[in-house]
Amino acid sequence: MTKKILIVDDEPNIVMSLEYTFKKQGFEVFIARDGSEALEILKDHTPNVVLLDIMMPNVDGYQTLTFIKESESLKHIKVVFLTAKNKASDVEKGLKLGADKYLTKPFSVKKIVSEILELVT
Amino acid sequence: MNSYAVIIIIIIYLAMLFYIAFLAEKKRQSKWVNNPYVYTLSLAVYCSAWTYYGSVGIAANSGIHFLPIYLGPVIAAPLWIVVLRKIIRISKQHKISSIADFISLRYGNNRFLGALVTVICLFGTLPYISLQLKAVSETFEIISGDNSYVSTTVIDDSTFYIALLLAIFAAFFGTQNTDASEKHKGIVATVALESMLKLLFFLAIGTYITFYLFDGTSDIYEKISVTDNFKELTTLGKVEDGFNWFFMIALSFMVVFLLPRQFQVAVLENNREKHLKKAIWLFPLYLLLFNIFVIFIAWAGKLTFGSTENAEYYTLLLPLEYGNTFLATLVFLGGFSAVISMVVVSTLALSTMVSNNLVIPYGFLDKFIKNQPERNSKYIKTIRRVSIFTIIIAAYFFYVIFSKALSLYSIGLISFVIISQLAPSFFIGLYWNRGSSKGAIIGMIVGFCIAIYTLVLPFTLEAYTGTDDFRQYGLMGIEALKPYALFGIDFLSPPAHAFFWSITFNLFSYLMFSLMSKGNYRERNYAEMFVDSKNFTNLQDNALVWKGEAYVADIKNVLARFLGEKRANRALKIFFTKYKLSQDTQLADARLINFSEKLLTGSIGSASAKILIASVVKEEQISLVEVLKILEESKENIVSNKVLLEKSNELSQLTSQLKEANEELIDKDKQKDEFLDTVAHELKTPITGIRAAAEVILDDEEMPKEIKVQFLKNILQDSDRLGRLIKNILDFEKLETGGLHLDLQPQDIQKTIGKAIASVSQIASKKEVLIVNNNMHPFVINYDEDRILQVLTNLLSNAIKFCETKTGKIIVDYKIGNQVVEISVADNGKGIPEEDFIYIFDKFYQSKNQNTRKPEGSGLGLAITKQIVEKHKGKIWAKKDIKNGATLVFTIPFE
Repeated sequence: MTKKILIVDDEPNIVMSLEYTFKKQGFEVFIARDGSEALEILKDHTPNVVLLDIMMPNVDGYQTLTFIKESESLKHIKVVFLTAKNKASDVEKGLKLGADKYLTKPFSVKKIVSEILELVT
Repeated sequence: MNSYAVIIIIIIYLAMLFYIAFLAEKKRQSKWVNNPYVYTLSLAVYCSAWTYYGSVGIAANSGIHFLPIYLGPVIAAPLWIVVLRKIIRISKQHKISSIADFISLRYGNNRFLGALVTVICLFGTLPYISLQLKAVSETFEIISGDNSYVSTTVIDDSTFYIALLLAIFAAFFGTQNTDASEKHKGIVATVALESMLKLLFFLAIGTYITFYLFDGTSDIYEKISVTDNFKELTTLGKVEDGFNWFFMIALSFMVVFLLPRQFQVAVLENNREKHLKKAIWLFPLYLLLFNIFVIFIAWAGKLTFGSTENAEYYTLLLPLEYGNTFLATLVFLGGFSAVISMVVVSTLALSTMVSNNLVIPYGFLDKFIKNQPERNSKYIKTIRRVSIFTIIIAAYFFYVIFSKALSLYSIGLISFVIISQLAPSFFIGLYWNRGSSKGAIIGMIVGFCIAIYTLVLPFTLEAYTGTDDFRQYGLMGIEALKPYALFGIDFLSPPAHAFFWSITFNLFSYLMFSLMSKGNYRERNYAEMFVDSKNFTNLQDNALVWKGEAYVADIKNVLARFLGEKRANRALKIFFTKYKLSQDTQLADARLINFSEKLLTGSIGSASAKILIASVVKEEQISLVEVLKILEESKENIVSNKVLLEKSNELSQLTSQLKEANEELIDKDKQKDEFLDTVAHELKTPITGIRAAAEVILDDEEMPKEIKVQFLKNILQDSDRLGRLIKNILDFEKLETGGLHLDLQPQDIQKTIGKAIASVSQIASKKEVLIVNNNMHPFVINYDEDRILQVLTNLLSNAIKFCETKTGKIIVDYKIGNQVVEISVADNGKGIPEEDFIYIFDKFYQSKNQNTRKPEGSGLGLAITKQIVEKHKGKIWAKKDIKNGATLVFTIPFE
């Protein structure tokens, strides 16, 4: 069965690299540029994993995560933060809110892929 | 007028005075009793019967020589603000009750000195009181028309009864309190009233004589100027007369401070220092008014009576001669008023001195120590009352024996010369700390003896022996010892002569013995306090240097004997509270000793207070050197305390400044952290993009070429972004830390706007946004063009960012205001949300209403813009209440 991933980030260049890589790994990739677009997509699709930036306009990463984890139909979805916020307090906050993993920018694409694969297989 | 009628009038008048005194005592706090006018009028106790009757006598016989006696006080009055204020302050501090107390305290509570001053004052005042009695007696005879009758015994002499009545009045209102330093409001109020009445009546008789009996002043002058020896009476004469005048003025200048009654009203009865301010001009005015008519009355009397009548009583004789009994009665009452106030105040002052400086310290102290407090206070009052009666009766007998033969004027001057012997130790002691008790005592005794020899002895010997040998040939026939021409000085009048020699010897003795003797430590201690009365208020109880051992309980015992248990306890409680000592302190310190002495001084005088306290404490002698050292230290302490206080104030000011600065720093630090955080975040984003794209290309060799190109383009874009970001951060830092210097040159703002529009035209046309340059007039001012271009470009790019594609329109405009150019950039985009107004110029603030999701900018644009504008001393703001879009405005000021 094809794995589905939702990438939520407002930086198109970063999204492009991630999209290319995950597609090559055989993922079905959904793209959202902020939290509100992500929630829009989640109405119709149920990805295995959501790769989520935190600092975004409109609905930010924290809000998106909370929404997912509080929804009965969505809370089984794995959520991974991918953010430039790398302070210990930020990490702690993210995990406390229910994120499954907390990865920081800049990142190694290979590492991201292996972390995601670890989660979904 | 019938003599009984006169007696009845006298009794009614006295009853009225009793009533007024009673009222004043009852309403002690009323402003009718406590005001500068009452104070000034009470000072006019200076004008006794001598002034009232005697001046006219002198004016008639020797012309204007009556004047120096008033010129002295007039000259002294302005000095009161300095000298008298100092005296009043010291007296209040130490609860001084008389001039004897004052002088004895200055010279270290010297018991003998206090007694000596008292004796001198007695000698000086008794004849003076007798003078008053003489005036009453003689005027009584004149007004009652009873010239023929001469009283032979005391019992049927009306003067004796009048004297007794005065004694009762003084005793009743003068001894209400045991503490003689308390105010005597009743007596002061009556004195003030009497001063007013005597002036009014004198002015009335003066007006009556000058304008009713005669035809004004010029009429009298014309008539008198044709009589013999007129010239002598109106001119000063030779140089000798100048000397006489000088010495008389000096004499009256001194005694207006020293007379016991003047000290009583001016110092002891003073309520508020500020009353002095009014007194210094009002009192001279009073004296002036009193003397206006003197010379005319004298001339009028001479014209009317020739030299048949006693000129001193012209004021009384003239109205009687013309049958105006009413006016004569008023004059009599005026003179009587002058007598009463003088006699009452003088006896009050003297009785306090006699009791506190003579009787108590020399006889009754031991008795007091054994007695109960109630009895002590009764005793003290009794002593004062007995003193009052004794003084007045003694004055009466002096009058009977001596004064009948003398003129009012000469008796008055004898008093003045005797009292003036206090002057050197009193005045110099106030300002010279070396003045010692030995000098004071010897000076006074020498001066006093000379005054007696040159002034009193001649007429007493004459009265006894009936010859004037002594006066004519001097003591044992020695020429140089002639009492009126000592050492050949024969050109002065007897009083001036006596004053000159006595005061000269007094002064020299005082200075010489002061310089020769070291003085004991206590004396030097008080000397420092008196002389240095500026520090005095600071030093207060600390000022007394004292070493020894004393128990609070013992001191309390002594206090209780005189003040009563309750007052003693209360006083000690106040003392302990004031100095923050425990209420059950056992050992007394110097402050308590000084405090207790002061408390007792009011009741029993300073010398007795010292002896009493000394009886219960074990005092150690301290050397003079030690005293001076301690005094010096306490002065230094005060100075250094002051300095310390200033320093501590400075420090606390600095501390609060530091606190503020620290808070500011913490704030700045927090801002800096946030700034770094944001900068790091902003830098990471393009780096992440670059790293990810590079990795993807590297790992995928089979990547299609067009995708590879896209990734490489992304890398380039992110690299540019990184570069821009770094440049902006550096710019911003430079601006923020002030490292940037503006290159101010005259520039045309219109041209700069054009350049800015040109630089953004490419992005604008891409988004199809229209930019309009509204104001095409050139205007040249000074600014840094590159920087202003940066401002304009930032504002324009922002505006473009917020505009809708195709419909977007931006209008750039400028206008000239009051010494500023105001440039505005208005767009028709989404506008600025109200809650963002205050934040838009903050660094890294990014509006929620941005059209493109991720702005091209660094988040520093507007912050940098603001910095640049402010560097040009301009302002930048977003216009509020704009219907649609946003309008950003900035100003550049110009001269």
